[in-house]
Amino acid sequence: MTPLGLILAASAIGAGLGIGTAALGIGIGQGLAASRAVEGVARQPEAKGDVLQVMLVGQAVAETTGIFAFIVSIVLLFANPFPGML
Amino acid sequence: MHDVSNVGPRIIFRFGDSGVYVTESVVFGAIVALVLIVLALWLTRNMKAIPTGKQVFAEFIVSTIYNLVEGTMGKKALNYAPYIGTLFIFLILGNMLGLFGFRPITADVNTTFALALITFCLIQRQAIKTYGVKGKLKEMCEPYAFMFPLKIIEQISFPISLGFRLFGNILGGVIVMALIFTGLGSLCHSLNLPIPLLEAVIPLPANAFFDIFEPILQAFIFTMLTMVFISMEMMVNDHGDEE
Repeated sequence: MTPLGLILAASAIGAGLGIGTAALGIGIGQGLAASRAVEGVARQPEAKGDVLQVMLVGQAVAETTGIFAFIVSIVLLFANPFPGML
Repeated sequence: MHDVSNVGPRIIFRFGDSGVYVTESVVFGAIVALVLIVLALWLTRNMKAIPTGKQVFAEFIVSTIYNLVEGTMGKKALNYAPYIGTLFIFLILGNMLGLFGFRPITADVNTTFALALITFCLIQRQAIKTYGVKGKLKEMCEPYAFMFPLKIIEQISFPISLGFRLFGNILGGVIVMALIFTGLGSLCHSLNLPIPLLEAVIPLPANAFFDIFEPILQAFIFTMLTMVFISMEMMVNDHGDEE
């Protein structure tokens, strides 16, 4: 295997592992937020609009780390800096 | 269109050999702004005291945005409502460009960072208006003086995460759509279909999610976080504790 091939293969594996692991965490976090929101709406159906709004914003903030992982994966796939370092 | 080999800004026009150039996102951003201006002028022509026809729609949009701003930021912040509303509608249209077959302008990191920078400047302006320059610096040194670098990092990391959040969500949608179209196209090719029939109906649910639902949601979240962080600087707290 050439050094370039090794770098490309490792980058692809790293990109997949990175975004996969991050998605695991985000999924759990957003699910927790959604489950609590459902509980809140079930207890107080008239507050549905406010609960939905707060839940969406909270989930968006929880998503940030995953977005950073996504950016890293995108850089590894489309703008890989490592082949230039050979 | 459905091509992910180049995710950076695409240069479509260059002034001679100089370093000045126009990218795809700038052109489409200007087009979206023009569409918004024309729409606003058309909707508010011949206004009457008792609204009829298109004026009802215009008043509905304006009153919805004013209610949203008042509910989130309080009555004192209503002078932010025009900016918030413009940002919201511009982001919805800009994110939805994928529906018309173009690349969304927010799938370019420069667009989202420009918008996040405007938000950052507004937050700092509001902070200086509320506390004054000296008061803001003093507020950042509370509760302990050694927290100052941490507070600076907190201030700077907010626009970065805001810009990356919008960019990442929209770019993710663009990439998934490109994968769907490329996969269906190669499937058509291997089935020897003369016309790419599979690409006609099958991607519609994905289109509905990534080009209609996700843009509205992300535009809402961007404006919502902008409002929340501006209104956090509006509260004067004498005790210097959290909140």
